[in-house]
Amino acid sequence: MKILVSISKSPDTTSKIAFTDNNTKFDENGVQYIVNPYDEWYALVRALEIKETIGGNVTIITVGNAADEAIIRKALAIGADDAVRVDADPTDAYYTAMQIADYAKANGFDLVLTGKETINYNGSQVGGMIAESLDLPFISQATKLDVNGSTLTLEREIVGGLEVVEVALPAVVSCAKGMAEQRIPNMRGIMAARTKPLQIVAPIAVDSMTTYVSYTMPNAKSACKMIDPTNMDELVELLHNEAKVI
Amino acid sequence: MSTLVYINSSNGLHKSALEVVTYGKKTGDSVTVITTGNADAALLATLGAYGATKVLVDRSVSGQDAQQLTRVIASAAESIGATTIVFSHDLIAKAVAPRLSVRLKAGLISGAIALPSADGTVNVNVFSGKAFGAVKVNSTVKIISLLPNSIQPEAAGGSADVAEFNGNAGSTSVKVLNTKKPEGEIPLPEAELVVSAGRGLKGPENWGMVEELATALGAATACSRPVADIGWRPHHEHVGQTGVAIRPNLYIAAGISGAIQHLAGVNGSKVIVVINTDSEAPFFKAADYGIIGDAFEVLPRLTEAVKKFKAASH
Ligand SMILES: Cc1cc2nc3c(=O)[nH]c(=O)nc-3n(C[C@H](O)[C@H](O)[C@H](O)COP(=O)(O)OP(=O)(O)OC[C@H]3O[C@@H](n4cnc5c(N)ncnc54)[C@H](O)[C@@H]3O)c2cc1C
Ligand SMILES: Nc1ncnc2c1ncn2[C@@H]1O[C@H](COP(=O)(O)O)[C@@H](O)[C@H]1O
Repeated sequence: MKILVSISKSPDTTSKIAFTDNNTKFDENGVQYIVNPYDEWYALVRALEIKETIGGNVTIITVGNAADEAIIRKALAIGADDAVRVDADPTDAYYTAMQIADYAKANGFDLVLTGKETINYNGSQVGGMIAESLDLPFISQATKLDVNGSTLTLEREIVGGLEVVEVALPAVVSCAKGMAEQRIPNMRGIMAARTKPLQIVAPIAVDSMTTYVSYTMPNAKSACKMIDPTNMDELVELLHNEAKVI
Repeated sequence: MSTLVYINSSNGLHKSALEVVTYGKKTGDSVTVITTGNADAALLATLGAYGATKVLVDRSVSGQDAQQLTRVIASAAESIGATTIVFSHDLIAKAVAPRLSVRLKAGLISGAIALPSADGTVNVNVFSGKAFGAVKVNSTVKIISLLPNSIQPEAAGGSADVAEFNGNAGSTSVKVLNTKKPEGEIPLPEAELVVSAGRGLKGPENWGMVEELATALGAATACSRPVADIGWRPHHEHVGQTGVAIRPNLYIAAGISGAIQHLAGVNGSKVIVVINTDSEAPFFKAADYGIIGDAFEVLPRLTEAVKKFKAASH
């Protein structure tokens, strides 16, 4: 089983979010990058579990620059076999997806796993775009994934419920919470990661389809109004007449 | 300018469907709706009130396979020469809109929270709601996926023409074995009112008072991440940076500290009420109304007050 897992960096969840250059650029000053949680905790770990039960190979791919090799090493330390870095700035989801799809097409994978979304841009775009570009079925937001020979059995979230589906390989799956448990890399994994193969490939020419023109921060909240815990009638009155939400 | 709006009509017409038709009306001259499945034609015609002139319905597919749905929506877009395609940013859109973007070479703006600005950019949530980004599309055709509860549906009257449509869905490789739908629950991302609780509730046996308040208000229930992780509540109720991001009109949080990762998923809420025993809980900084008190006493009291209010206003 050949599995490709796309991994993205995202700012550590406690990062202060600020912008520079007249609010046109994310301020990376002091920002620590981590592996996007959905990619690491669910997609990568489930890929490793599948490999451990039925054998195979887990390749990780990221579209990013040299500084992103820290997250690649982390993913290798958790247990991926080898890594690919497409040497480019991921300008938008389309650009990113076309790079990954191109690599996947040329190298042939049974299964491509992505995270459900990146926690910085929250687009939920890249996985579906890879699938369309490869003309493969796409199961999004899967919370469970099992391989039975040449088919996958998955549980996925649907509007207001859950659905169990079956799909033939090859396929693209985006991974959500429930699929696996986070793994902490051990010393042996960290040592091994240093010598695992990392291939750097040049990007293909693609035009981005979207541009982030500028950013704004939400308005600061006005001071919180404190309510006497024994007077819930007052709260209800305020929610009705002042806030007008009930 | 012709706009195509996709709606999921499998369980009647949800508010989110009315929102996207209204959105389409405000972005284009003529709005055509595309849907699939067995919805009643008379029901679909009522979308005319929100601005749709025509509703195309492909009854050959249910909409469970993203690949088929993409083909159907693409044929509808081509048949009307759509320059804008609008989705509600739900689980179907998250699977289908990116595929459609590649198929039609149309830029996708996902998670829109407002109508396009005068300069053509559209605001979206980024960094899990900690900031907004203004996004521009570089292609002729654009796709916008609108976060639920971002605009209000506006009915003006009128009725839409409903026509059968063959979108050449093709074959599917996805087989649905089983569907589990909780009865009568309000889907969290669409809910206008949400009651949420965290580790301060001590154990799953204490959720009765959360559910009672939710029922009294007609609200959905949610929880913090540790509560879903320990298994006190189902995963789909987990809100925050690594859970569901919501923007209801009212978010009531009881026994939740207000960690930055939790706030990331809920700070788009219009009004936040925080109930916490600790006056130093960070959540109070993000709240509109705060109650320093024990959730075990405050929640039942609030439920009584809501019931009294509802009884009096009827
Ligand atoms: C990468 C990452 C991602 C994360 N993503 C998320 C996410 O998406 N969503 C999320 O929620 N968390 C997330 N977290 C976890 C987050 O940091 C917090 O740990 C979590 O939100 C705390 O949950 P809590 O407020 O329920 O519990 P606690 O922090 O334990 O807070 C309990 C609160 O209840 C109060 N309390 C106690 N008893 C009572 C009572 N009787 N009445 C009223 N109040 C009482 C306490 O004063 C306290 O403020 C993430 C963490 C990381 C590292
Ligand atoms: N720069 C990137 N390199 C590799 N994979 C990425 C990149 N950006 C996004 N992805 C993958 O696509 C998923 C969805 O991302 P998004 O569409 O940005 O929400 C992520 O969880 C990753 O698995």
